[in-house]
Amino acid sequence: MAESPILIREQRYHEIKAVLARLRLDASARLVVLVDKDGQQIAVHGDLADLDTTSLASLVAGNVAATGGMAKLLGEREFPTLSHEGDRESIHISVIGRVLLVVVFDHRSSLGLVKLRSKQVSHELAATFSEIERESVSKTSESLPFGDITDEDIDSLFSQV
Amino acid sequence: MTFINYASREINCKIVYYGPGLCGKTTNLQHIYDSTAPQAKGKLISLATETDRTLFFDFMPLELGTVRGFKTRFHLYTVPGQVFYEASRKLILKGVDGVVFVADSQEERMDANIESLYNLEENLRAHGYDFTKIPYVLQLNKRDLPNVVPSEQIVSELQRKGEPVIEAVASTGMGVFDTLKAVAKQVLTELRKS
Repeated sequence: MAESPILIREQRYHEIKAVLARLRLDASARLVVLVDKDGQQIAVHGDLADLDTTSLASLVAGNVAATGGMAKLLGEREFPTLSHEGDRESIHISVIGRVLLVVVFDHRSSLGLVKLRSKQVSHELAATFSEIERESVSKTSESLPFGDITDEDIDSLFSQV
Repeated sequence: MTFINYASREINCKIVYYGPGLCGKTTNLQHIYDSTAPQAKGKLISLATETDRTLFFDFMPLELGTVRGFKTRFHLYTVPGQVFYEASRKLILKGVDGVVFVADSQEERMDANIESLYNLEENLRAHGYDFTKIPYVLQLNKRDLPNVVPSEQIVSELQRKGEPVIEAVASTGMGVFDTLKAVAKQVLTELRKS
């Protein structure tokens, strides 16, 4: 495969959640989500209500991928931020290496404030993810939970569908 | 790329359905969506044109159950099959863990199958994947139509590496879950190896 699996340990997860919680507060945002560029949701903090964050994650990744494609056509490496403003809710996306920081906000905040606060935490998140990638590569197969998975385990997954 | 979260005890894998235009990729996903229990699935997102042709991708998350205490979730994507959506098609393959190639069994679509398969190999290579190593299943769809090419002939033209071949009629659901199971099994087996 092109890349090894990404493993997020409890401690790193809580570090990420703490950063998201702080950002949400500082940016007066409704919701902050961290998404992998492939569309996997990594962590979320804030007022979810009935928002389908799994779908949101895949659409954000698709949005960034499409915009990145446009950037390349224009000779740019990427467009590092994207914003969409609605009547009530708005969204701001920052590309931080292989992850995407998504901030959903309403009239209680502003695009300027969200941009500023997102930028302020991006270095921190970039550093955490460098560590996560380094740890993922260095993990031995014994630490993976699937080393002893059997064919029966796999078959049993489908018996529940 | 597989994503393992120890804190929420989740494992997420990405599977992409590939193939020529109108071969039945979206129909595969639609059948899976219609046949699974509400608690096992999320929304089916379709970014399609007004005439229901896939414009960017279809997406649905499917939770299969628990392995070794980890929730196993597959994110299923389709690519747009039409030739001129090449740029979008390539984007969807990024980070893929397993691929299903949906071949259209009709005689007049054989050239389109070959072209699409070639395109898949090219795009995987562009993302740094080795086609010979990626979990992969060949589905022969539309087996119920009158003008289909015999399976052995399609296999001889499209099978690339001894991958599982599954006959299907996605519109009725025949072979759809067998296909998903075959690719999911390879993805999880690959994890065991890693």
